[in-house]
Amino acid sequence: MSALVDEQLLESPPDGDPKLPRIEPHKTSEIVPWLRTPKTIWCPGCSNGTITRALIDAILGLGLDAEKVVVVAGIGCSGRIAQYLEYSTVHSAHGRALAVATGVKVADPSLHVIVAMGDGDCSAIGGNHFIHAARRNIDLTAVIFNNSIYGMTGGQMSPTTHTGDKSTTSTRGNVEAAFDLSELAHAAGATYVARGTAWGYRQLASLIAGGIAHKGFSAVEAMAACPVYYGRFNLTADPAGFLKGQKEHAVPASTFEEGESRLRDRYPVGLLHHSERAEFTASLARVREQAQEAHLG
Amino acid sequence: MQGNEAVAEGAIAAGARFFAGYPITPSTEIAETLSRRLPEVGGSFLQMEDEIASIAAVCGASLAGLKALTATSGPGFSLMQEMIGFAEMAQIPCVIVDVMRGGPSTGLPTEPSQGDVMQARWGTHGEHSVIALVPSSVQECYTLTVAAFNLAEQYRTPVIVLSDALIGHMREAVTLPEPGSLRIAERGVPDCEPDEYDTVMSDLDNILPRPPLGSPFRVHVTGLVYNRRSGAPETGDPEVAGDLGRYLREKIYHHRDAIARVEEYEMEDAEVAIFAYGSVARSAKAAVKWARAQGAPVGLVRPITLWPFPTLAVDRMAEQVRTVIVPEMNIKQMSWEVQAAVAGRAKVVDFGRVDGKLITPPQIEELVKSEFYYHDWEKP
Repeated sequence: MSALVDEQLLESPPDGDPKLPRIEPHKTSEIVPWLRTPKTIWCPGCSNGTITRALIDAILGLGLDAEKVVVVAGIGCSGRIAQYLEYSTVHSAHGRALAVATGVKVADPSLHVIVAMGDGDCSAIGGNHFIHAARRNIDLTAVIFNNSIYGMTGGQMSPTTHTGDKSTTSTRGNVEAAFDLSELAHAAGATYVARGTAWGYRQLASLIAGGIAHKGFSAVEAMAACPVYYGRFNLTADPAGFLKGQKEHAVPASTFEEGESRLRDRYPVGLLHHSERAEFTASLARVREQAQEAHLG
Repeated sequence: MQGNEAVAEGAIAAGARFFAGYPITPSTEIAETLSRRLPEVGGSFLQMEDEIASIAAVCGASLAGLKALTATSGPGFSLMQEMIGFAEMAQIPCVIVDVMRGGPSTGLPTEPSQGDVMQARWGTHGEHSVIALVPSSVQECYTLTVAAFNLAEQYRTPVIVLSDALIGHMREAVTLPEPGSLRIAERGVPDCEPDEYDTVMSDLDNILPRPPLGSPFRVHVTGLVYNRRSGAPETGDPEVAGDLGRYLREKIYHHRDAIARVEEYEMEDAEVAIFAYGSVARSAKAAVKWARAQGAPVGLVRPITLWPFPTLAVDRMAEQVRTVIVPEMNIKQMSWEVQAAVAGRAKVVDFGRVDGKLITPPQIEELVKSEFYYHDWEKP
């Protein structure tokens, strides 16, 4: 994996406030105990394994109590992460991961609740839950595996498939416009919004760690290579070529022009938005205290 | 107290500390009441973006260790079916209160109905079993909500309370049990070490509790077909899939005589029985009293548990009476089930009303009269 780490992104960690945790990649022997199985259903060249590793690196790097880590996943290629990780895990229903996670976090705010979703999972069938979790600013960390296509079902267009892109349901080119998931999260009220790539491994691990450390709703959009479906129909079916493409397309957020729109071949990476706002479970706790004081007199 | 308020108080008495819901007539008072009451007892109230999110959050809260419920009506109940299936598959204890109104679709938002009784049984896809309770008084809104939580914990399953617009909005005197006198089923923790957890397995007579998320057990919860021993998804082995599918059904059916509760009223010498549930059972009881006052041997069989279907009581009834009258605020939904269970041993007469109005005692009395054509009825 080290050969694929983007040295340029590594040497210039994203600027802005707060300082992101620096995550030093752990050895494979340190990562493996946090996987339930060495086998996955993911295709050769898929980035999901890289993103999964970045997530484990972030959890290890922050020194979290593993017993307090809960991963809730949706359905799709990314959803399988739930069965592979050796934490408390829920492989929920398509699009519903954030809503399930909301219940988990409210029931036990001491947990670190991480939500893994695909782009279609998050923004099509789960779009309503996505904007409302962001609006509530509940302390969840959403890691969105964005491969711009529905992979599990064999390559259909998703809400992040770009205009003109080919898929099995847009063979003549997609006529719809793509969501910019990070800007969608920001507009809906997320207080920590970041985008990384599978290519920029260390940056991605840092961005995920920053999201977990942040108190409030964090959206981390992880740009994933899908050479088998998205790549074959559009960019390239070569896994290494796909990742090299990410290196070219990913532009540090600080050099991305204000108001410049995100394109398939040019998008900002790094910590895109960060702010502080009342966190949902903390607000609920205050309501509870007031109600109990009044009730018990 | 109002029926909906009684549901809310029953939930708190049962130990529920989490509610997630979406406003919908005629169930909204349950949410309103719990939004005030839950924080007072240290619980959480969430108003979600829709009913799908509501039941999803309930599943999440239950998995994290809290007793949780949601409340809705027809259109919302339809939206919840997906995650009710998840709760069935993943064996998540929770309570869903459906205050039935006229449908389909937006239908008759403020009028009662019993149109969801089959949706409660078969609403989500795939083979599964379900427990559904039907209150017919405000008192029962309270006691059956408590019972629903106990059953949910005992059998690790979603339990549905089928109220309706009439019961939900009706006000009656309710006797609240003394604190401490209620039997409350608490969620346990498996009696084993975390690393042994994958080797212990529930059987029909010993349904083990699941440890909460965020514990040393590091459980995996899935909506995929899974191996019952390890809990790990396993979709390629027909034996594993068949074992789970049968277990999820038998978990309830094996215990149905213990779960199914029925009120039998004036049945000792009855020749004609009225099989009625929920708000319609109130009219049915009035009709029985009217018939008995005139010397006609009529009784009432009132299922309190609609699912699993109370087969034992229906068997008894079928052996005894010549006619079973099934009045319900839908068209034949339960009468088909009664007919199948009676299996030709008695005549089954159905009477359905879907105009949003309650079936009245005189309507049932007319049906009774036609089963006693030789009887000398009082002139009205």
